[in-house]
Amino acid sequence: MLESLLDPWRWERSLQDFPDYLEGFGMTLRVTAAGWLIAMCIGILLGLISTKQNKALKAVSRIYIQFFQNTPITIQFFFFYVGVPAIIKQLFHMSKAYRLSKFVIGIFGVGLYHGAYIAEVIRSGIEAVPGGQKEAALSQGFTENQAMAYVILPQTLKMILPPLTSQTLALLKNTSTLAMVVGLDLMYYADKSVGYTGYFQGYLIAAAMYFAVCFPLAMLVKVFERNAARNPELKRKKKKSRGGGLI
Amino acid sequence: MESNAIIRIEHLRKRFGDLQVLDNINLNIKKGEKLVILGPSGSGKSTLIRCINHLEKPTSGEIYIEGEQVTQKNWIRMSRDHMAMVFQQFNLYPHKTVLQNLTMAPVKLHKVPKKEAEASAMEYLERVGLANKADAYPQNLSGGQQQRVAIARALVTHPDIILFDEPTSALDPEMVNEVLDVMVQLSKEDITMICVTHEMGFARQVADRVIFLDSAKIVEEGTPEEVFTNPKSERTKAFFSKILH
Ligand SMILES: Nc1ncnc2c1ncn2[C@@H]1O[C@H](COP(=O)(O)OP(=O)(O)O)[C@@H](O)[C@H]1O
Ligand SMILES: [Mg+2]
Repeated sequence: MLESLLDPWRWERSLQDFPDYLEGFGMTLRVTAAGWLIAMCIGILLGLISTKQNKALKAVSRIYIQFFQNTPITIQFFFFYVGVPAIIKQLFHMSKAYRLSKFVIGIFGVGLYHGAYIAEVIRSGIEAVPGGQKEAALSQGFTENQAMAYVILPQTLKMILPPLTSQTLALLKNTSTLAMVVGLDLMYYADKSVGYTGYFQGYLIAAAMYFAVCFPLAMLVKVFERNAARNPELKRKKKKSRGGGLI
Repeated sequence: MESNAIIRIEHLRKRFGDLQVLDNINLNIKKGEKLVILGPSGSGKSTLIRCINHLEKPTSGEIYIEGEQVTQKNWIRMSRDHMAMVFQQFNLYPHKTVLQNLTMAPVKLHKVPKKEAEASAMEYLERVGLANKADAYPQNLSGGQQQRVAIARALVTHPDIILFDEPTSALDPEMVNEVLDVMVQLSKEDITMICVTHEMGFARQVADRVIFLDSAKIVEEGTPEEVFTNPKSERTKAFFSKILH
C-alpha cells in the first residue's frame, strides 16, 4: 500500500493530467467567487428581514432557511440540473427542456444553500447588539435604517467575520459536490483521472490544491476570532484598574 | 398656562398585553421646568418617559411637544429637533471614540460641518470634565465617565428637553456624585429636564416639581418640600419611609 503510494511512476502518470486539474481548479474558484456573491446577497437580505417586525416576510425567510439547511446540497444540485429545466419547460410550453449551464447550476447550487447559513450568521450578529444601541440612535433622531447603517451593522461586522469566513470555506469545499452532478470542477477532474489511471495519487493532488486555499481561510478565521474578542478583554482589564474618576 | 407648556400629555394609556402600565396620565410640563419622577420599581416611570420620545408607542392618548402632536409619522423629527435622552445603561456607541459619539448626530443628522461639530463636542466634553478622553473608546472609561459622556452626547444637538432614566442607578456608589454634579450644573440652564431617579437629595436640590407614580397612575404631585415632608397618599409615605429611612 505504502509502496504504491510512493511509486514515482504513479505520481508521474497522475501529474500528466495536471493541466486538467488546473482547469477544474479554475472552475472551482470561479464557482466559489460567484456563488459567494449570491450567498452574501441572499444572506444579507434574509438576515435583515429576519430581524424586522413584518411577519409575512419573516415567515418566508424562516421557510427558506429551514428548507435549504435541512436538505442535502447534492439533492439541491440535482434539483437545479433536472427539476428547474423541467419546470421552465412546463411554464413556457417549450418543446425541449432548456438546460442551465453547468456554471450557473454551480453558483446557484452553492449560493442558495450557503445563503441560508449566512442569513443566520447575519441575523444572530444583529441580534447580539444590545437593544439599547438602537434606542440611543432613535432617541438622537436617527431613523431605523440609519440606526442600522451607522450603529448596529458596524458593531455586527466584527462579530460575524469569523463565522462568515467559515461559511466561505465551507462553500468552497461544497463546490466539490458539483462533481457528482454536473462536473467540470476540480473534484470532477480528479475523479476522472483516478478512474482512468486507477491511481489514488490523483485525489491527493486535488486534496493538496483544496488545502492550499482552504488552509489560509481557516487561519483567517482564527485572526478574525482573536480580533472580535479583543474589545471585551480591554473592558475586563479596565474594570480591575478603575479608580476614582474625578472630574 | 397652556401657552408655556412645552410638553402636554393627555389621557395617556399604555398596555403591554394584559398589563396596564400607564393609566390615564395627564401632565403639563413647562418650558425650563425641572421635573423629577419618583415611584417604586415597575410603576411605569420608564414607560412614561419612553412614551414622551416615542421609544414606546402609546396605546391611546396624545402627547404634544411645543403644541405639535407627536405621531407615528413625525416622531423621529420631533425627537431629533426637541429631545435627547440619557439611559441607565449609558448606551454609548462602543465602536466610536468619545469624540465620534458626540459628533455623529450633529454631522449625519444636523449637517454640521465636521470641524465645527468637533469644536462644539470638545466644549461639551470640557463641561463634563472629560476633554482629555476625547480619543478614548467608551469601554475604556469608568461607568461615571461613560454617563458624563452620554450627557454631553445628549447636549450637543441643543435639545429643548432632556430625559433621564435613572442615570445613576447602574453606577458604583463612588461614581454617583460626579454624574449628579453635572446634572445639577445643567439644571441652572433653561433646558427642560425630566428625570426618573431615586436620588432624593438631587430631587430636593433641583426639582421644581415632583410627581410620584404608583401602579400606572400619578398619585402625588407637588414641590419636593410638599411631597417629601407631607405626602398625601399612604403609598408615597411607605415609599419614602423606606428610601429616606
Ligand atoms: N416591553 C415590555 N413588554 C412587556 N412589559 C413591559 C415592557 N416594558 C415594561 N414592561 C412592564 O411594565 C411595567 C412598568 O415598567 P417600567 O416602566 O419599566 O417601570 P419602572 O421604570 O417604573 O420600573 C413593569 O411591570 C414591566 O415589567
Ligand atoms: Mg425604569
